[in-house]
Amino acid sequence: MPKGLTPRLADLKQEIEGYARDFGLDCFETVFEILSYEELNMVASYGGFPTRYPHWRWGMEYEQLSKSYEYGLSKIYELVINNDPCYAYLLEANAEIDQKLVMAHVYGHCDFFKNNFSFTHTNRRMIDEMANHATRVRRSIDKIGIEKVEDFIDRCLSLENLIDQHAPHIKRNPDPKLAEEQSKANDRVGGFKVDREYMRGYVNPQAFLDSQRKKVEDEKAKAKKFPERPQRDVLLFLLDHAPLEEWEFDILSIVREEAYYFAPQGQTKIMNEGWASYWHSTIMTTKALRDSEIIDYADHHSGVMGTAPGRLNPYKIGIELYRDIEERWNKGRYGKDWDECDDLRARRNWDKKLGNGRQKIFEVRKHYNDITFIDEFLTPEFAIEQKMFTYGFNEKHNAWEIMDKEFRKVKAKLLQSLTNFGQPVIEVVDANDDNKGELRLAHKHEGTDLKADYARETLRNLQSLWRRPVTLVTKSENKGIALRYDGTTHSEKKVEL
Amino acid sequence: MALRIDQDHSRFKQIVRGKIKANLRKYVQQGEMIGKKGKETISIPVPFIDIPHFKYGSKEQGGVGQGKGEVGDQLAPGEEQPGDGQGKAGEGEGEHALEVDISLDELAQILGEELQLPNIQHKGTEKIVTTKIKYTGIHTIGPESLRHFRRTYKQAMKRQISMGTYDPNNPVIIPVREDKRYRTYKLENLPETNAVIIYMMDVSGSMGDEQKEIVRIESFWLDTWLRHQYKGLESRYIIHDAVAREVDRDTFFHTRESGGTMISSAYKLCRDIIKADYPASSWNIYPIHFSDGDNWSADDTRLCVEMLKSDILPTVNQFAYGQVESPYGSGQFIKDLREHVGDQANVALSEIADKDAIYGSIKDFLGKGR
Repeated sequence: MPKGLTPRLADLKQEIEGYARDFGLDCFETVFEILSYEELNMVASYGGFPTRYPHWRWGMEYEQLSKSYEYGLSKIYELVINNDPCYAYLLEANAEIDQKLVMAHVYGHCDFFKNNFSFTHTNRRMIDEMANHATRVRRSIDKIGIEKVEDFIDRCLSLENLIDQHAPHIKRNPDPKLAEEQSKANDRVGGFKVDREYMRGYVNPQAFLDSQRKKVEDEKAKAKKFPERPQRDVLLFLLDHAPLEEWEFDILSIVREEAYYFAPQGQTKIMNEGWASYWHSTIMTTKALRDSEIIDYADHHSGVMGTAPGRLNPYKIGIELYRDIEERWNKGRYGKDWDECDDLRARRNWDKKLGNGRQKIFEVRKHYNDITFIDEFLTPEFAIEQKMFTYGFNEKHNAWEIMDKEFRKVKAKLLQSLTNFGQPVIEVVDANDDNKGELRLAHKHEGTDLKADYARETLRNLQSLWRRPVTLVTKSENKGIALRYDGTTHSEKKVEL
Repeated sequence: MALRIDQDHSRFKQIVRGKIKANLRKYVQQGEMIGKKGKETISIPVPFIDIPHFKYGSKEQGGVGQGKGEVGDQLAPGEEQPGDGQGKAGEGEGEHALEVDISLDELAQILGEELQLPNIQHKGTEKIVTTKIKYTGIHTIGPESLRHFRRTYKQAMKRQISMGTYDPNNPVIIPVREDKRYRTYKLENLPETNAVIIYMMDVSGSMGDEQKEIVRIESFWLDTWLRHQYKGLESRYIIHDAVAREVDRDTFFHTRESGGTMISSAYKLCRDIIKADYPASSWNIYPIHFSDGDNWSADDTRLCVEMLKSDILPTVNQFAYGQVESPYGSGQFIKDLREHVGDQANVALSEIADKDAIYGSIKDFLGKGR
């Protein structure tokens, strides 16, 4: 069972927290709990929430984590939960130096959760909410039976990435009342108001009136289509319009809520880990480290920062990028003068001694997510320094190969992999397809095909919620294709895009 | 201590088990799975235990990496596509499989449940009892060589403190006779059941690689089941063409000889091995013979039948003969056996046409529960 901090660790916590606050980190109250490795693996399997609803997927996660721990392949040092108060779990068996490092790291995460804009809409009482979800799911299980509920959860989870990542910040569907008024105001079929009758032909020529009329008619026609515009929050669409039973509705809304809660963490992986790493490094090396601990610290820090060729380590890229920004803003390496300077020596020695680096990275951690972070701050020098490259699969050699080191391509590829959390964008385009109540979705193809077998299985799950046949329009090998599942058989049809 | 996750974990295992069961027929036919065998466990690809999502196909996606290397360099071999998580890309439809480890014992159980195999009636169960010595106990008497220092020390300290003769400033502990503690053993009785499988295979020219593969797969499953049923299982291997000889496991599956076939040679050797090493009263004996059904002559077949009737069948739990179909074999031998010994209770005969037939054949062999 979770234990509170030992007196020694409580002292350490106070020390580290003091350093963090002195540096200007602004955290929720942080509660540390000490867990054995089994317990830590368990909590990690539950995505950080020990009170989560029962599902075999956590068991699978647990099996994999335990195995890889037992074989010595991986070890979880810490877990932090975006909640107020912020909960963090420490591994009981860790040495004191590790606990210090982890605490410093945790305060970095905690500050990020509290201040980054992506998290402003997340539920800060998620621990309680998750427990409520668990109660609701259990109640359904008691009523309906484990098999049915579990099966339904599986199907919902299969669709959990079909949410609108940006929805919390934007109002996609305008308020209907407001929209009505607006459309009335825009109703210019009668033409502009004319004070002098003889001017009418000039103010409202026939061609203008015709075009206005057509516009209004088009809009009306559009309104008949359902949904009016493509909807990216497929889960919400299903909640609103699919013929779900009460308990099914309940479960789908739980899955959706949790997906939205976790989405910002996916959107800020590089920034969040980078920020936490930056702070554990800064706090440890300038304040908290004792002489005797330096070797162990270096060992563990470099373990976290390690890179492998086919993998981009978010900790590494993140921390280096923050440091690069800090240096650039300290030395004034930004703005018009800097951009226009092409004297290499001048660039190398460029130092305006501005010293706003620290301030700048605090701003960055507030207003950016991974995409905007990379887009704005990844520089060619940085990419070379960090030996970044793109890789791909070479069919000829049947192997993964380094494809390119050119900055623009590296950046484009990196941004592409971050867009929509690396997930394909799929929208509901028509809920009455072929006038038969069939559901039609479209995949916004951006150069990469969907994994065909997974797509078919997912379609099957979608169909079981919608009850009527479903179609997904996508591209396969550059040709438009419509995948359809009608409840019994899969079919494919070529379509023009 | 029970963790909350245990529920979900066992539910996951249950699902894996269900999937394996549902796909058992496929696994039985697959040879490659056996190659991955560890000592106690085996890893099996289970399809669609993963939750499917709309996601990108990995091969077209690529990504950004970091590190040494020039354009065109291969990433380290075996490097997985990041984010692809678990499961190696296998051939064809195996691609989305999740590899799960399962113990051979568990696999045997699943096999048993799915094929509805009866448990085997052991013979000699009660007769042989081995005793095992385990040093687990502590006693007040014993030889000095087995004295438990820490316990003795503690005991002496307790006594001295309670008697008030303990002086923290001069913490000398002197054990007396009554303080001494000794390690002592306990005897555990282990009822032991012994079993031996004697594999025999025809390696004459007519047995091709495909036939051997079938034998390999089939013997893996028989082995798994019998190992599940008996604690100590031994295996012996005999290959024969016109003459028979005993070999090790590796040679058994990989030798290819040419020449004629005299099955009696193998049976003779089998009989001799049983006589020499495995007294029928205390051993459960399973001779299993695979061939393509071609024998040298009718005389030799007659010799085989005689030997079976007089020497082998009375001593063994079950004699099994599997006839693998081959383009060269006449397939006569199984007919002869059926005619002469087919009515014996402890004879199992099975024809294995191809890999698909292995599943049924396992049931033929193990379905009698002997």
